[in-house]
Amino acid sequence: MTEAVLELRDLHVTYRAAGVDVPAVRGVDLTIGPRDTLGLAGESGCGKSTIAGAVLRLLPRATRVEGEILLEGQDVLKLRPGKVRAVRWTTAAIVFQGALHSLNPVQRVGDQIAEAIETHARTRSRRTTTARVGELLERVGLPARRRREYPHQLSGGQRQRVLIALALACEPALLIADEPTTALDVMVQAQVLSVLEDLQRDAGLALLFITHDLSVLRSSCRRLAVMYAGRIVEEGPSGAVFDEPRHPYARALASAFPTIGDPASRYRPSGLAGDPPDPTALPTGCPFHPRCPVVVDDVCPSLDVRLRPAGPAREAACVHVGGDDDG
Amino acid sequence: MNPRFVVAKVTGAIGTLAFVLAFNFFLFRVVDDNPVDNLFRGRNLSPTQIASLEERFGVGDPLALQFVKYVRQTLQGDLGLSIKSSRPVSDVIMDSLWPTVWLVGTATALSMVIGTLLGIHAAWKRGTVTDSSATAFSMITYSMPDFWMAMVLLAAFAINLRWFPTGGFEDAGSTATGLSAFLDQAHHMALPAITLTLGYIGEYMILMRASMLDTVSEDYLQLARAKGLRDTEVRRRHAVPNALLPLVSLSALNFGYVLSGAIAVEAIYSWPGLGRATFNALEGPDFPVLQGLFLLFSASVIVANLLADLLNGYLDPRVRLS
Ligand SMILES: Nc1ncnc2c1ncn2[C@@H]1O[C@H](COP(=O)(O)OP(=O)(O)OP(=O)(O)O)[C@@H](O)[C@H]1O
Ligand SMILES: [Mg+2]
Repeated sequence: MTEAVLELRDLHVTYRAAGVDVPAVRGVDLTIGPRDTLGLAGESGCGKSTIAGAVLRLLPRATRVEGEILLEGQDVLKLRPGKVRAVRWTTAAIVFQGALHSLNPVQRVGDQIAEAIETHARTRSRRTTTARVGELLERVGLPARRRREYPHQLSGGQRQRVLIALALACEPALLIADEPTTALDVMVQAQVLSVLEDLQRDAGLALLFITHDLSVLRSSCRRLAVMYAGRIVEEGPSGAVFDEPRHPYARALASAFPTIGDPASRYRPSGLAGDPPDPTALPTGCPFHPRCPVVVDDVCPSLDVRLRPAGPAREAACVHVGGDDDG
Repeated sequence: MNPRFVVAKVTGAIGTLAFVLAFNFFLFRVVDDNPVDNLFRGRNLSPTQIASLEERFGVGDPLALQFVKYVRQTLQGDLGLSIKSSRPVSDVIMDSLWPTVWLVGTATALSMVIGTLLGIHAAWKRGTVTDSSATAFSMITYSMPDFWMAMVLLAAFAINLRWFPTGGFEDAGSTATGLSAFLDQAHHMALPAITLTLGYIGEYMILMRASMLDTVSEDYLQLARAKGLRDTEVRRRHAVPNALLPLVSLSALNFGYVLSGAIAVEAIYSWPGLGRATFNALEGPDFPVLQGLFLLFSASVIVANLLADLLNGYLDPRVRLS
């Protein structure tokens, strides 16, 4: 059996904000094998970016991270700081949410890519690094000469490509793409998406693709996980999860088809009443029960259902799944 | 740098200077349309004496002619005669220029470096004892009036402890040259320089700290960290260059205030600089000297402003390239 590139075991992440604990991730298990693609979807605030940050130990110092995060078999939570820095970008790299602000405005984009290369391979000569930077830019469809430009001289889509090139700089085994297309308009979204898909295929990367847009994930990922309030509530092959979701929340998300390019729609998928829960004041029982269209009044408010088998290679966390109802 | 950017900024500065030059002329005509009248009021001057005085100060001519003369003379470096001492105003100013540049320039440069470094470290270690003590120190020194700090330091270190002289530029009647003259002047300058440095540090520290704190939450720092950079590299290469931008303008501008900067402190330490020259000219009032000083102070602020713009363009590609 090949070793997983990323394996999360019972991951809990609790932020500390103004003296209050914010349980943002509450027991997540995930596995991504080499060259595998996993989509992670869910409403704003459900904990997606928190997982990405936890993998590279980027969360604020006061944050409690418990469980295991195995990157190529190594638990990053047990590494000393020097080893953590060595793992960053070489084993896993992130294309951050918020492409427009992720580049340093006073440094040429090429220098920002070169910095990543030089940090991890100090022996390289300037010349080979420059050549490599040009090569990376060309791989994401930008002319090599644009390495001399500053972020404000590039369009949103071009900056996003630079960020992808930057993420590839140290040939990581895992690429985490955190909403790489959210800030872009439709045409550009499609272009960036196809760049990402090509690279994943050609470079043999494992990909953790985070978004709120299930329809994007269906075509670009083999498996799909839907998150709600810090937990995965449904996981399975993307076609199956998208076409026949078992969890009522996944169903709402799949039927929502957020209008591409309209940021408001991501916060309130159509057909789903109410707001995402506040992690500091989660409902009892199943956290989705106050918004659930098929809530069972004498069960759901008190029963905190965990993931259970829901068909071939599928799991879902809902009382309606498994047992008698399982078809 | 984009030549159009430079040309635009330089042209703007020259235009402002021209405006100040004209304004300076009319302003002093408004406060004092005939200095001879004011200066010799109550004395019985014969009409011929008045005429010769008016001739000397050039106030008899029609306004337009006076203005043309004023502009021509000013451009030639001739700022007229001091009413009090009858010396050329440019000589009065030149005598005081160097001591002020020396004193206030040193204090400005020192406070800039120390304040900025303090701000960087306080922000990077925010919430720690380092942060709160640096912030408290800056708040206290910043809020203390400079003349008061000057008197406290003078009383403590010059009068009680006698570590430093109580005032002046060098020992009375000193004929020293070279290194010993330099050391003597440095010894005299120490207390006023410390006073001014303490007075200026707070502004830089508080601003730099705030600017760093804004930068700390930027996405590109998160990315820099994720790339595997050390904490000090993230700070030096990504946080500081961005956080410094707002300070560049302030620093360059403050260099414009070096010349006019220290009237009270120069007066207390009897420092023979432009501040004291202003103070003396105000007592007269010696309008030609004031007019010359005013022009010099405005010009230095305008030039500093130009430097601030150019420096900002050099450091921030968004300014230079747009
Ligand atoms: N530094 C922090 N301190 C305290 N709470 C935080 C912090 N960062 C995130 N949170 C909280 O943790 C929860 C999860 O945040 P996270 O950013 O992981 O959500 P997300 O799923 O990525 O949302 P989005 O789709 O908006 O990016 C949210 O409730 C958020 O308010
Ligand atoms: Mg997020």
